[in-house]
Amino acid sequence: MKLKQLEGLLGGLQQFTNPKVDLEQYPTGPHIASRMLFTAENSYGDITDKVVADFGCGCGTLSAAAALLDAACVLGFDIDPQSLETATLNAEELEVEIDFVQCDVTKLELKGQVVDTVVMNPPFGTRKKGADMEFLSAAMKVASRAVYSLHKTSTREHIKRAALRDFNAKSAEVICELRYDLPKLYKFHKRKEVDIAVDLWRFEPKLN
Amino acid sequence: MRLITHNMLSCNIKGVTNGFPLKIEAEKVIEKEVDFNPDFLRHMFAKIEWKALVEAARSMGYAELPEDSPDAAAIDSADETFLRKLHHALLELHLEEGALVCPETGRKFPVNKATFWTHIDSVDQSGGSASMWTT
Repeated sequence: MKLKQLEGLLGGLQQFTNPKVDLEQYPTGPHIASRMLFTAENSYGDITDKVVADFGCGCGTLSAAAALLDAACVLGFDIDPQSLETATLNAEELEVEIDFVQCDVTKLELKGQVVDTVVMNPPFGTRKKGADMEFLSAAMKVASRAVYSLHKTSTREHIKRAALRDFNAKSAEVICELRYDLPKLYKFHKRKEVDIAVDLWRFEPKLN
Repeated sequence: MRLITHNMLSCNIKGVTNGFPLKIEAEKVIEKEVDFNPDFLRHMFAKIEWKALVEAARSMGYAELPEDSPDAAAIDSADETFLRKLHHALLELHLEEGALVCPETGRKFPVNKATFWTHIDSVDQSGGSASMWTT
């Protein structure tokens, strides 16, 4: 599948109908999502024929991208039942199989490093402090090949330190810097659109 | 939910020491064909809890898996028949409606429209005790 095609398919997905500000629900746009997964597969071989988990899957954009790039199995985890309903519809629309689990992913313990790759666009921690780190910690416990995650560029040093020192990372690399443009989604947003510098990280876990 | 996913999930209700595997109560199971990928199956085999898979498959109405799994070394040369059964059990059986039950507490968690719900009520932001996973 070509990048443009992937981006096009993801652009047709339904997004949050009633985003919940406390969960930091923001859609992962097709531009970022397609590039993230495309890079994960083309540069690192982390998606096709692999077991891929999407932490905080929301409406399932990253999960769908993984499925479209022929992951062997895709699991989407999210705490919000409404988003998962939308995610289920999206999966049906694209005719891809995704197993959805409704749970608090920061309290999840799978049976060890049973998935190959985790992909995620986690909360940045603007509502629940430290949420970004909790997601990263949880992801590093279950992945055996790699974790791909988006974090604000302003947190770069902090993330790198935590990953290597506390979260069992063998390596922590920013593979590119992106501009994440957030449309005015919530009432408290004053500007019509805002651009946040985010890093796309690839973490490699040590194998336990 | 497919059995490949079920095989990874463990119940972590506070105080539970042995929350794996979750028992399956199947109300609606459907089968969907998926491309056969022997390399993936061989790679996956090492991570599977075999007895849990056999029992889970049985709960879904599929009793073709051998009771004892071939050892990991034998998998590399395993004939296609076995791999096809493994393929079917892991990837082609879908639990659409039913429940997963904690083996220790008996607590039931629903599977609706193939999604596995660990909160019985809708999202309880105060971290209510209905959640399967609590600190």
